[in-house]
Amino acid sequence: MNFPEELKYTKDHEWVRIEGDTITIGITSFAQQELGDIVYVEVETVDEEIGQGEVFGTVEAVKTVSDLFMPVSGTITSFNEALEASPEIINEDPYGKGWMIQATISDKSELDELISAAEYQELVG
Amino acid sequence: MTLKKVALNDIHEKLGAKMVPFAGYNMPVRYSSDKEEHLAVRNSVGIFDVSHMGEFMLEGPEALSLIQRVTSNDASKLEVGQAQYTCLPNEDGGIVDDLLVYKMAEEKYMLVVNASNIEKDWNWLTKYNTNGVKMENISDSMSLFAVQGPKATQALQSLTATNLDDIKFYTFVVGEFAGTPNVIISATGYTGAGGFEIYVDNQYAGQVWSAIMEAGQEQDIKPIGLGARDTLRLEMGFCLYGNDIDDTTSPHEAGLGWITKYTKEFTNWQNLKQQKEEGIKRKLVGFLMEDKGIPRQGYDIRNEAGETIGQVTSGTLSPLLNIGIGLGYVSKVYSKSETTIYIAVRNKILKAVVKKLPLI
Repeated sequence: MNFPEELKYTKDHEWVRIEGDTITIGITSFAQQELGDIVYVEVETVDEEIGQGEVFGTVEAVKTVSDLFMPVSGTITSFNEALEASPEIINEDPYGKGWMIQATISDKSELDELISAAEYQELVG
Repeated sequence: MTLKKVALNDIHEKLGAKMVPFAGYNMPVRYSSDKEEHLAVRNSVGIFDVSHMGEFMLEGPEALSLIQRVTSNDASKLEVGQAQYTCLPNEDGGIVDDLLVYKMAEEKYMLVVNASNIEKDWNWLTKYNTNGVKMENISDSMSLFAVQGPKATQALQSLTATNLDDIKFYTFVVGEFAGTPNVIISATGYTGAGGFEIYVDNQYAGQVWSAIMEAGQEQDIKPIGLGARDTLRLEMGFCLYGNDIDDTTSPHEAGLGWITKYTKEFTNWQNLKQQKEEGIKRKLVGFLMEDKGIPRQGYDIRNEAGETIGQVTSGTLSPLLNIGIGLGYVSKVYSKSETTIYIAVRNKILKAVVKKLPLI
């Protein structure tokens, strides 16, 4: 399975791309595979400040629904609206077109708690 | 508890299945994609390994009388070669399990029960077996493959001399299949897509599975996991024990009046008959979402005034309709087809409409 080196990860199976004060967040290839066909993504927290570990949305597969957790505290600036019509792009391209939200970081020190690709790889075996 | 493995566990792992614990067994939930597998069964043909299901053989002059006393349907109507859907009512108004009864020969029956209830059902039957019926639990030596879909007959015909078109719905033959003796070929299933269920001794399971996969190549047969099995049955509105029926739901509430026959006496029949005559208070209904959202087990069902009128017992996205569908119990007054109901999906109240089954 593919876990790009340049991204950071959480134990909740999210990836984080850090560009200055902005982060882009999605779910990992492992997560999308565990969930199966993703059929619905709901994010209604744009413009809200969400604390680290709090729920910013939900992702639904055919059989399951899972909460999405904020990897670090931040204000959500955008939701990938392409997911409304085509949630399956998360299955097809989890690190690219399947990104979920962008946010502005509130506290940069929290970034230290994210794990590397190698550490994440070890976590999911 | 250690997970039990079906005979073909390694084959499923080699096919790349995601394996999950289900009813104490390590089972394939998905090989490729729930949606693709679902549509393969609706449009063509797929094969499921459902060997976790339990099988009991009941034999002897009193076998029918035992079955009649514990099940709700009338097994005296069965001819040799016929199967019947039925349930085991408990003494308190609920259901111990739902099952199939096969009449194998005069005085010989096979009961096919849910994997999660094998022990419970065995103990239940043993308790009622006061007339010396010979009972044998063959669950651990029997494999079961469901070959389902409109092209099932085409896919399988080359494997047997039996004309599969002659096996009518809910009948079966025992014969040679894929070079294997004594295979039960049963025109039954849990998908509404047509097809067969193939019962075979574990020692021939690998041979039969491979033969089916090869014979079905032209129909593009696909292995199907439990995920799609659930979405397929839910589109049809078939009950799943543990979700839609359980120890507390009566057959009448669950819409299983058609398998509850008062032509004979059986467990709790007097109370159930009284319930039927007086009318039930709640009813299992199927519904389609009108607003965008997916119902899930345990979500509240509400009326327009916001009062809770029941709970969702099964829900999913229908891969065929591409909208949320579900089953749930509602107060009787809301059970009519086309009634608007509301599902509390997390923090939202979403509109849905009660529909006659099947939902597709």
